[in-house]
Amino acid sequence: MNNNNSGGVTRRINKTIIYIVCIFLAVLSILPFWIMFVNATRSTAEIQSGLSLLPSSHLMSNLRVLLDKSFDPIQGFMNSFIISSSATLLTVYFSSLAAYGLVTYSWKLRGPFFTFILCVMMIPSQASAIGFYQFMYKIHWTNSFLPLILPAIAAPAVVFFMRQYLLATLSIEIVEAARVDGSGEFKTFNRIILPLMVPAVATQAIFAFVGNWNNLFMPLILLTQKEKYTMPIMVSLLRGDIYKTEFGSIYMGLALTALPLFVVYFLLSRYIIAGVALGGVKE
Amino acid sequence: MRRKGVNYSKFGYIFTFPFVLAFLIFSLYPILYTAFIGFTNLQGLIPKPIHILDNPFQNFKDLLFDNVSFRKSLINTGILWIVNFVPQIALALLLTAWFTNQRLKIKGQGVFKVLLYMPNIITAGTIAVLFSTLFAYPMGPVNSFVELMGWSDTPIFFLQDKTTARGIVAFIQFWMWYGNTMIILIAGVMGINPALFESASIDGANGIQTFFRITLPSLRTILLFTLITSMVGGLTMFDIPQLFLAGGPDDSTLTTSMFIYGQAFKGSYMYNRAAAASMIMFVISAILSGFVFYLMRDRDAAKMKKIEKMHRKSVKSSREGGVAHEQ
Repeated sequence: MNNNNSGGVTRRINKTIIYIVCIFLAVLSILPFWIMFVNATRSTAEIQSGLSLLPSSHLMSNLRVLLDKSFDPIQGFMNSFIISSSATLLTVYFSSLAAYGLVTYSWKLRGPFFTFILCVMMIPSQASAIGFYQFMYKIHWTNSFLPLILPAIAAPAVVFFMRQYLLATLSIEIVEAARVDGSGEFKTFNRIILPLMVPAVATQAIFAFVGNWNNLFMPLILLTQKEKYTMPIMVSLLRGDIYKTEFGSIYMGLALTALPLFVVYFLLSRYIIAGVALGGVKE
Repeated sequence: MRRKGVNYSKFGYIFTFPFVLAFLIFSLYPILYTAFIGFTNLQGLIPKPIHILDNPFQNFKDLLFDNVSFRKSLINTGILWIVNFVPQIALALLLTAWFTNQRLKIKGQGVFKVLLYMPNIITAGTIAVLFSTLFAYPMGPVNSFVELMGWSDTPIFFLQDKTTARGIVAFIQFWMWYGNTMIILIAGVMGINPALFESASIDGANGIQTFFRITLPSLRTILLFTLITSMVGGLTMFDIPQLFLAGGPDDSTLTTSMFIYGQAFKGSYMYNRAAAASMIMFVISAILSGFVFYLMRDRDAAKMKKIEKMHRKSVKSSREGGVAHEQ
């Protein structure tokens, strides 16, 4: 493929342009967040006086102003964490289970069930939000985390993904060998199959967790008590009147809500990128 | 695909039971209930007996023919989606062409992917509030920058102008999603049979020819899939416009999801109208998903055949399947 020297100059120019565009886009990705973190350390007066890319020394005073106005990032973090981790556990476990049921056993409704999964994969949660809210209101589950956690048991897209993974990797001989050894079907799944599915489970867990963490619509509808607020709802508080002129503390609040995600992203970015690619190909 | 285990067939039902149960309770019932509410007079904070309207379709009729705000929300959703999707797919394709071009050998692709995808992982709400703060008037980082560059003598009130407000919302959406689209497309290109590229190269095709004649046609399914998922995503666009300007100025960034939320949960408690709007949204997304369904079903049938073949054949062809999976 590298057999031609002709056009080497044009290629070098092309490559330079490509690198410039890519670097520009990378800067575009970083810059808003950079400004956010820098401005979180600057006083409102400094922010008003102009742009700076270097941090200042008002981190603590911004934090104090922020926390004075009943912004409780620790509580928000805990709430978001409880909801997201519980929902993620339910999603990956029950989706793996359903996918295993789909792949391993031949049962009459297997085909129809898979068709059904494909059909409901793309129903937006907003479409059923009104009925969902009325339902939860009637059984007094508003301001509870349960309606944000339990629906995670049924995650059609994850079942679809897990099914594709099992089809490509699972050999039925393993299951049969386990049966010969006297292992029950549930035990086989929990002890043998689930550990084999770890790569797929990890990918889906990351996306389920981030998706739940970033979810705004449902928590906004269901949670009205301040001590139940999740991180994204707390973000919406920063838009309110109480912070109108306190730019330093607004940036501080934004930085605090984004920080956990940055940490997770830079620890797991390799797996996340690989996961995005895998999800898109749906091989 | 024929697999042993007839005696065990009941486990198929048992293992999928939790999924089905949760789906019935938390998805199907609420959807049917929403549809029902759409035909009733359910309004107000205090629950009172509800009954079906004399003309069951009154709510739908009102929305589609008399409600300016709802129509505006549909139009806005469309505008915001087009303005964000066209440049998004164009840039994603361009980057894909660059990154997968074997002759160019772009270095640092891993780093670029990580950075370009990054905005997608951060809470949309945080990004919306961040941008509204960055575009603050009269003094904010963007206005400082405009002043620094000498582009404008007076500060620009970005958030008061319909065009710039819509433009910024579309830009945020574009900025958050092009990295995602790019990674999906690159993965798609990796899945194309390398022999195609090789023979094109032997036939003397240049980069542009290869891209338009081989890469693009092979990506057709993935492009269609991206298009439709993005459409459904666009239809439910909520976090960014809601937290950016709460629909303003003058409802220019009001989306359908925000309309539903606003009718039901922001003081007017018009649950019936919100439910009718949800059903209209549901029908639109169902039509869109119908396309995806056909798309995926065909691919899946092909996949099934491939696996059957793989099982019948021996080691050599199963190696091919293993490689295909890694992509």
